[in-house]
Order: sequence, then C-alpha cells, then structure tokens
Amino acid sequence: MNRLTYIGLAIAGLVIFVAIFAPFLATHDVNSQNLALRFDLPSRAHWFGTDGLGRDIFSRVLYGARISLQVGISVVAISGLIGIIIGAIAGFYGGWVDRFLSGYLFNVFLAFPGLLLAIALVAFLGAGLGKLILALCIIGWVGYARVMRGQVLKVREYDFVMAARALGAGNMRILFSHIMPNAIQPLIVQASLGMAGAVLSEASLSFLGLGIPPPAPSWGTMIEEARQYFSITPHVLAFPGMAIALTVLAFNFIGDGLRAYLDPKQRTR
Amino acid sequence: MKHKLLNLARQIGLMILVIWTVVSLVTLLIELVPGSPASTILGETATAEQIANFNQKHGLDRPAFFFSYDEAEGFAWNGTNNRYFEYWSGLIRGDLGTSFRTDRPVLDMILERYPATIKLALAAMLVAVGIAIPLGVLAGTNKNGLIDNAASFIALLGISLPTFVIGPFLVYVFAVNLGWFSPTGSLYPEDIILPAVTLGAALSAILTRLVRSSVIEELGEDYVRTARAKGLNERRVVYKHVLKNGLIPVVTVLGLQLGVLLAGAIITEKIFSWQGLGLLLLDDGIAKRDYRLVQGCVLVISVTYIFANTLTDLVYRWLDPRIRLS
Repeated sequence: MNRLTYIGLAIAGLVIFVAIFAPFLATHDVNSQNLALRFDLPSRAHWFGTDGLGRDIFSRVLYGARISLQVGISVVAISGLIGIIIGAIAGFYGGWVDRFLSGYLFNVFLAFPGLLLAIALVAFLGAGLGKLILALCIIGWVGYARVMRGQVLKVREYDFVMAARALGAGNMRILFSHIMPNAIQPLIVQASLGMAGAVLSEASLSFLGLGIPPPAPSWGTMIEEARQYFSITPHVLAFPGMAIALTVLAFNFIGDGLRAYLDPKQRTR
Repeated sequence: MKHKLLNLARQIGLMILVIWTVVSLVTLLIELVPGSPASTILGETATAEQIANFNQKHGLDRPAFFFSYDEAEGFAWNGTNNRYFEYWSGLIRGDLGTSFRTDRPVLDMILERYPATIKLALAAMLVAVGIAIPLGVLAGTNKNGLIDNAASFIALLGISLPTFVIGPFLVYVFAVNLGWFSPTGSLYPEDIILPAVTLGAALSAILTRLVRSSVIEELGEDYVRTARAKGLNERRVVYKHVLKNGLIPVVTVLGLQLGVLLAGAIITEKIFSWQGLGLLLLDDGIAKRDYRLVQGCVLVISVTYIFANTLTDLVYRWLDPRIRLS
C-alpha cells in the first residue's frame, strides 16, 4: 500500500479515537455559553478559541467527530448491507430479476442527484439524526448494489461455484457461503469512499440547516453558524472546516489506496 | 442501423420510465409531511374554515392516490379524482401548481431563477476544464514525477474540501482582504468568478485525475509511436494526438457532471446568496414550507439531470467508434 493510505489510516484512527474518548479529551462543556468570551482567539484556555456564543470550539470539534462517525458508520453499514443483498440477488439470479433491479431500480436511484434527493427527503420528513441517516441510506445503497452485482456476475462463473453446485449445494448456500466471500473485496473500497461521502453529506445537510439541529456540535452546523462572522473571525470556521476536510481526505486516501492495492493491474505498474 | 435505432429507442424508453418514477416519487413525497401542509403554513391559530379553504384551493381535500386504505372502511377506489392524477395532468399542460405561500404559478417562479443557476453551472464547468486540462496533461506526461504527485495531491484536496469550506475561504481572501470581488450577490459581471471556482473545484479535481490517467493510457498507444517516429515534437504529439483521443472520457464525465453541478449549486448559491434555483428551493421552498414549490424545484433539477445524463450517453456512443460500431 502507498504512503497516502497509511496517512489516511493514521488520520482515520485519530478521528475514531477522538470520537470515542471525546468526553475525556474535551476541555469544556460543549454547550456551555459565555457571551463575555465571544470570538476569543485560540489561547491556552481555549485551544481553538470560542464561537459566537462563547462556546469552546476545541471541545465542539471533538464531539463533532462523534456525530460524523455515527452518521458515517450507520450509513455505510445499513446501505452497504442493503446494497450487497440486492446486488447479489441481481447478479446471481439474472433474467427478469436482474432486468428489473439493475435495468430499472438502480437507474431510478442513480437518476436523482444524490444530495438533492437527500435534501428533498429531509425537507418533507423533517430534520433529525434518524431521518438524516435514513435519507443518506436511501441515496447510498445503489453504489454498493452495482459493485456487488458486477462482482457476483464474475464470481458465479468460477469453477468452484460449479463444483459446489455439483456437490448439491442450494442457491442460498452457493450465494452466501461461496460467491459472496469471494466477491466482497471491492466493496471494502466502496465502503471507505462511502464513509467519506456520508461524512461530507451529513456536514452539507447540516450546513444547509437540514441535518442535525443545533445546538448539537455537527461540523456542518458549526460552519453555518460561523459563516456570517467569517470575515472578522476566520478561526471559528477554520477548525471545523479542517476537521471535515481531514476526515473526508483520510477515507478517500484509504479508499484510493485499497483500490490500487486490490487491483493487480495497478499494483504491478 | 436497425440495432442502433433499437438501442436509441430502449434508451429513450428507459429515460421516460425513470422520469415517470421520479415524478411519482416527488408527487407522493408530500404525503410524508408530518401533520398537514395547511396547519404548518397557516399556523396553530388557523380556524377550521381557513384550513378547509386552503385545502380546497390547493386540491389537498382530495385523496392522494387512485386508491386509499382506511382501517374503518378498508380499500377504497377513488378514480381520477385524486392529487396524483391531478399533478400529472397539470404537468402535461406545463403547470407545476400554485405556490402555497405566494399563490404564484410555481413554473414562473422557477423560470425566473433557473437561468442564474445554469449560468453558474456552466461557468463552474469552464473553470474546471480550464484547470483540469493543463494540470492533467502536465501530470500525465510527468508520470510519478514531482508535478504528478503535486497535481494528484491538489486533486484529492479538491475532492475532499467541501464547497462550504472553500467558498468562505475564497471570500475571505479575495473579497474581504484583497477586495477584488463582492463577497455575495451578482451585481457585477466578475462576481460570478468566486462562486464558479467554488462550485467547479471538485469537478476540476475529478477531471484532472481523469485527464491524467487518460493521457498516460494514450501515450502507450501505437499511434503515438508513429507520430513520434514521423518526427513530431512532443508538444504536438501530446496536444494534437493524445489529448484528442484522451478527451473522450472527459466529455462523458463533463456531461454527467452537469447535473451534479446543477444540484450541487444549492450549497454554492447559499454561500454567495446567488439568486438561483437552489436558493429558491432553500429559502422560499424548504424554509417557508412551501411544499408545492419544493416539489417543482426538485422535479425540474432531477429532470434536467436525467436529460443531461441520457444525452451524454448518446453523444458518448456516437463519439467513440468502438462503441458505435459494436
């Protein structure tokens, strides 16, 4: 694996560590306001300074990692599972099942610009963590399904599948214990890139006021709140901005590195 | 020829099917609204009569779909007297309904704002291509060199940095500190530059990577060796031969990304208070709970996206003889 992958892994590890241990690492209460301390510059008392309500930005950025990862992991797990199952069914059964799933259903979901569909869903459903995750799963599953379908189409032609069939294994057994374990590799790349996408989408929706409502310290919400004062106090926006960029960059690095690692054509180059 | 026509027909058939589904979904999304649109718009103090009037005016007093299910009455067939049918028949006449808030036709409100969004998306595309082609060619012709690594890093950064971080940063540097542009709005022609760079940043990153890999691939082809053997200088080889063939996938991605730009413009428009469709959707639609307007905006953006994608696919097939003739 290349150097960028290791950098990605290190940053992602740090973000996960911070998210788990946020209560121990935070120096202040995330929601305690002190208007006398508005827009304080970074100092020993407030490492990243304070925001427009005098809240400690460092502590809020730490807790923001929790929200980002919570959304990211939930979305990747749920949409990944749904996508893998639907993709595997499409690839394995072929025929009209595949024509309906990959020819029609996948196309419908790919036809919507992802962010717009999420915005529309949240606009009608209302904001909130659960609804946000639901909306991102609805736009996310099809990516996994497409990759899985392609993989299953390839793997089901291998000799060991025929051997399993000759030994009398049923469809479900062939699909779940023979084909899927051998088809799953590229899904890891998809999951890593999906994680970056989910973190970015959560921040985008929160920035638009359609994600997790304040005062929860979502990075997107922090940026939206900081935006109006940005010209006088750039640090209020800079820290959550850097947190998002680094997290997304880390998962993109990992995804890219894994793709190159898993692709023998690229590895030998 | 027959095969080609059949393929075109299949493509257009699929597009119509997808548009039908998208419209249906958007039409039915309004049913997800917690409570009733009337009570959210008129407020808690509204009388029963006011609510009834509102519902009647906007057709909300009728059933949602052809059939409905009620625990007391079971399944009921509603015939064509339903909101789904009505929305569709309006659409066919080019009527997207009336705004819940302003009582203006939604289509008029959208048409007023759409040109600004299209202008922004096209400008962003121009910025992206302007950055990506030279940077991608430089990276591809210096594979694994310093320039290549730097370009790859910049490209990844462009993909990872969200619009709402790049935008305010550009405003801070170029509008607040240097005073070259207005921080928001579109008073002067040059005011499009910052929003266009913000919106085009991610696309330019994607395109740079694409141009790079395309150039690397084409440089290994036989015709490049022939061109070099003819004695052409490297510049001519790259810009006249390699780039011409290498741009085919770029054109495809560009087409597919037009829709992404139109949708992604929502965030950029919010940052720069750019009076386009995205801001209409956010400020007048979602914030004021004007669900009819939200439906219209989502529909128009989605249908544009679908059209752009189908058109790109057709152009791509036509551009690449390997696919055209297969």
